[in-house]
Amino acid sequence: MSRPERTTILDARALSRALQRMAVEVLELAHGTEQLVLIGIQRRGVELAERIAKQIETNEGVVVPRGALDITLYRDDLQTVGPKPVIGETRIPGDLTGKHVVIVDDVLYTGRTVRAALDELADFGRPERISLCVLVDRGGRELPIQPDIVGKQVKVNSGERVDVLVEEIDGKDLVELVARGRS
Amino acid sequence: MTAVLGKDLVGLEYLSPDQIRLILDTAEPFKEVSERPIKKVPALRGKTIVNLFFEASTRTRISFEFAEKRLSADTVNVAASGSAVQKGETLVDTAKNLEAMRIDMVVIRHPSSGAAQFLGDRIRSNVVSAGDGKHEHPTQALLDLLTIRDTHGRIAGLKVCLVGDILHSRVARSNIWGLLKLGAEVGVCGPATLMPRGIEELGVCRFRRIEEAIEWADVLNVLRLQLERMERGFIPSLREYYRVFGVTQERLERAPRQLTIMHPGPMNRGVEIDSRVADGSHSVILAQVTNGVAVRMAALYLLAGGRPELADAAKGPAGGANE
Repeated sequence: MSRPERTTILDARALSRALQRMAVEVLELAHGTEQLVLIGIQRRGVELAERIAKQIETNEGVVVPRGALDITLYRDDLQTVGPKPVIGETRIPGDLTGKHVVIVDDVLYTGRTVRAALDELADFGRPERISLCVLVDRGGRELPIQPDIVGKQVKVNSGERVDVLVEEIDGKDLVELVARGRS
Repeated sequence: MTAVLGKDLVGLEYLSPDQIRLILDTAEPFKEVSERPIKKVPALRGKTIVNLFFEASTRTRISFEFAEKRLSADTVNVAASGSAVQKGETLVDTAKNLEAMRIDMVVIRHPSSGAAQFLGDRIRSNVVSAGDGKHEHPTQALLDLLTIRDTHGRIAGLKVCLVGDILHSRVARSNIWGLLKLGAEVGVCGPATLMPRGIEELGVCRFRRIEEAIEWADVLNVLRLQLERMERGFIPSLREYYRVFGVTQERLERAPRQLTIMHPGPMNRGVEIDSRVADGSHSVILAQVTNGVAVRMAALYLLAGGRPELADAAKGPAGGANE
């Protein structure tokens, strides 16, 4: 039996620095906080959006509205998956019409989650702009979707997996590459 | 095909506590969908659901229809009157004909106990019971459980009393199964003529007087007194019933604690329940109706047949971000 090989991509300090930089980039991209709304994708994207929002609060002294999005019901493979995935909470802070929405997720891979998120967001209004902010871009896109802000870019083969752990859910901050990943 | 709930939902008797909890937990996110400006998610896009109602129903049929439409399923309603059923077609023939038109699910209400199971055993589509005879009304009990959990934060350890016509009530039967499986204490209270013999063997306590039930319970689920029962001599008169078993404001005021008041509807005001109680601040009767849509969305979503072999063909990672 071969143990999956784990390589650290970001340790806790590197993750914290990446989020700090991402917060600054979000502010630049949105030209301030006026129309800005951060929407995290369940589950770890929600925690990352919260961290970025807190960082912006520290930097600017402004509370940025944030929300959570569960895209399960918008998945393009819902008809094909076996046991139904557990659905998390969706919480959108008000009408999104005219807002600059920044979607926050942990890992960008095929792009299908983002596709689903775009469909779902359209049911909550017509944002002026939607941007994409991800902690790790692992390549391997199957749809024409690209991120605006990236914490770390890594080339990962299809047999491997990127695990993002966050304090709030997993008890520690860590991003690692798992070879021959078994879930 | 779908391991979590099996193919059909015909009664709570056949579900495990974990399966019941899964439906209730899945209903939570669906509550939010009905609060959206666009009350619709694409989860059941392309699924065809037939609502086969052999008995009159307003609330349950509309609730199922909303649930189906908010999941983007295509729905067709068939009522017994005005259909081939009137020409003598059997239940299975009706369903097989519908299935020949490539449907995915059937929601059935039928006056005969066991009709939903009978149908489920004979067709490939998922079957959901919307009430069969005196047997079960599973989605009603599920919405009752969800409402109790919303109100009290838990179900285990609560004392829930079903009041009224226990004998003919599929709502009572489903509630007893569901409540006991989730660890509640269950009481029943009603006239001796409307109480099934040996009910105590199910593990419920029986109260002969409504005052005792009110003193004991945290939650009263007041069942509808079907008016045709009076004609068949189960009760002497409606006024007599109200005087002896009616859930009135005066009786509740003497209770040691505030009771949560539930009713599956449609209500007979002034027969089983006082209007002041039905409209009072501890009544959750309309919350039950709201929860009905969410619970039915959850059940349909969990039952809808996935095809895992297609997921394998489309290779693992597609869909989830990184899973």
